[in-house]
Amino acid sequence: MKIYRTMSIALRALRRNPMRATLTTLGIIIGIAAVIAMMEIGNGASAAIQKSIVSMGSNMIMIQPGTAASGGVSFGAGSVMTLSPQDCDAILQQCPAVQYVAPIVQARTQVVYGNKNWVPFFIVGSTPAYLSIRNWTELAQGDVFTDKDVRNANKVCLVGNTLARELFEGDSPIGKEIRIKNVSFKIVGVLTVKGANMMGMDQDDIIIAPWTSIKYRVSGTSLGNVNQSSAASTSSTTVNSLKNLYPSSQLSLYPTQSTTQAADTPQPVRFANVDNILTSTSSTQNIPLAIRQVTAVLRERHHIRQEEPDDFSIRDMTEMIKTFTTATSLMTNLLLCVALISLIVGGVGIMNIMLVSVTERTREIGLRMSVGARARDILRQFLVEAIVLCLIGGVLGILLGHGGALLVKYFKHWPVETSLTAIIAAVLVSMSVGLIFGFYPAWKASRLDPIEALRYE
Amino acid sequence: MQLLELKDIWKTYYLGDIDVPVLKGVSFSIEQGEFVALMGTSGSGKSTLMNILGCLDHPTSGEYRLDGQEISGLSSDGRAMLRNSRIGFVFQNFNLLPRTSALDNVMMPLSYSVEHLPERQAKQRSVEMLNLLGLADRMDHEPSQLSGGQQQRVAIARALINKPSILLADEPTGNLDSHTSEDILRLFQQLNQQQGITIILVTHDANIAKHAKRIIRISDGIIEGEIKSDAGGVK
Ligand SMILES: Nc1ncnc2c1ncn2[C@@H]1O[C@H](COP(=O)(O)OP(=O)(O)O)[C@@H](O)[C@H]1O
Ligand SMILES: [Mg+2]
Repeated sequence: MKIYRTMSIALRALRRNPMRATLTTLGIIIGIAAVIAMMEIGNGASAAIQKSIVSMGSNMIMIQPGTAASGGVSFGAGSVMTLSPQDCDAILQQCPAVQYVAPIVQARTQVVYGNKNWVPFFIVGSTPAYLSIRNWTELAQGDVFTDKDVRNANKVCLVGNTLARELFEGDSPIGKEIRIKNVSFKIVGVLTVKGANMMGMDQDDIIIAPWTSIKYRVSGTSLGNVNQSSAASTSSTTVNSLKNLYPSSQLSLYPTQSTTQAADTPQPVRFANVDNILTSTSSTQNIPLAIRQVTAVLRERHHIRQEEPDDFSIRDMTEMIKTFTTATSLMTNLLLCVALISLIVGGVGIMNIMLVSVTERTREIGLRMSVGARARDILRQFLVEAIVLCLIGGVLGILLGHGGALLVKYFKHWPVETSLTAIIAAVLVSMSVGLIFGFYPAWKASRLDPIEALRYE
Repeated sequence: MQLLELKDIWKTYYLGDIDVPVLKGVSFSIEQGEFVALMGTSGSGKSTLMNILGCLDHPTSGEYRLDGQEISGLSSDGRAMLRNSRIGFVFQNFNLLPRTSALDNVMMPLSYSVEHLPERQAKQRSVEMLNLLGLADRMDHEPSQLSGGQQQRVAIARALINKPSILLADEPTGNLDSHTSEDILRLFQQLNQQQGITIILVTHDANIAKHAKRIIRISDGIIEGEIKSDAGGVK
């Protein structure tokens, strides 16, 4: 009741000079608007980053083969084939922190269906575990190929949404055969839409097939071919029959098959490399432990001595997450600092005007004291007036900032997220500004002598 | 029992090294229901005395009892509460809040009262008070839209809103023409007779002072004499 009346007195006092009140609170309005806009845009950005990281697989660890160097010429990561499918099995069995392991074989080549063709961004050869690692287990249509398909190098594949659209234009791709570099693959499933990743690549422009099929049947331009010093690179023009266990030897133990026969009955080789290995842990906290375990297992398997460097490298998403979040939080903090300065400037403006107001209303203060206002009543009146002023500024600022964020969303299509915490914080901050900067003028008013104040001209 | 009682009140202002004695041993008492004029030339110390009577100021020495209660022992908060409940002020320059309606001006002292009336009752009481003073059709007018006499009536309504026992008026007609002054003075007489409100009227003008039942003459900080007037009644 009492506070209600004090509030209405404050509002009435402010209404006596609305223009001045508005100008006074402009600093607060701008400060709060900046805070709100920053928080909404910043939150939107980090939510978008979070989402795209999760869509890539947030607990993902990537193992790449080491760097080959010849005569001082480095061929870059992945230029030596040191990772094998057996490494995958070993990691799964010996590293308890690792949940899923998937070998990856990549290719980049043309895909043909009927009279249409398309070069998908990703042709990935892997196992069903790949989908689990990438949080992609739900399919739009059809089913995932099985581990049996992987063992038998069956000619089946999953296609992404973009590819399905490009080649089938709305028809169901399930059961259709597409040719990947002259090898027919039956489509068994269509993946759900995942959108662009953090680098802006379309993640739906993809074919996923058993790695064995890609490796031995398609054998497109895999990463191994980049290595010019490797003589054993597979030729991309001949059909790989998988027959040559020892490609360099001339020894022939069995009667030679015809090319067609060979292609129809593929046989796994004892040694095959994979381009890289993707693993994932059950939780983000387990990533460092998993990396240690994988490193130990691979060093052991690759017979690397204590002093020798790894012949593989391990990347996880934490680094990337950290980079992105520090970048955005740095920006947000910087802008928050600017907003804070604006709030302080606004607060000084409030103090200034409140001091002027106290001087102007000296007679009023004297009068109120003469009819029985105590010092603390006067203090409260001016304090509440400053706080109300700041609160109004705060509310206007919230509306302005929110509106600004919506405009940014509307015109620039930036992701924006309304933050209740920011709004509550803005209200509290503007009240505190009023309290802090309104206190001195209010205290001065309360200390006036009623007789002097009444006589003030 | 006396409503208020002054015993040897001294008030000295200290301006740097110079002492300025303004009141030099003032003693008198006023009973409940009196209408007293404090008369004296300009600078004789009337307003200073008035501030002490109104509990706005301390005397330098002396005793002041209001309703048997010694005032000099009160804290400033205690004096504020006393002013709110027992004393009403009327000023020469009205001292209304600018750009505030007559009604809100009258309601203002209620927000500092201890009993703390709810908003509706406070409003109702203010409306009644303005009606009593003949301002029924001026409730929503701001001071700038009112004549001097009307403004002073609003100020009197404000002074009376907390039902004080004493009304202190310092040159209340100083800014009014003679006709309006007469109106206001008659209003004081009415309030004194009909409501039994004790009124202390400060003036330098004998023509105004004669409206009171009793005139106390003050000169240079000393009570000079006292006249019982018979002109106090409403004609
Ligand atoms: N605050 C003050 N400081 C110093 N002198 C004062 C103060 N207030 C009043 N006086 C002096 O006291 C004397 C009486 O003043 P006042 O009571 O206002 O006279 P009156 O109201 O009778 O005209 C004047 O001479 C004035 O100069
Ligand atoms: Mg005077």
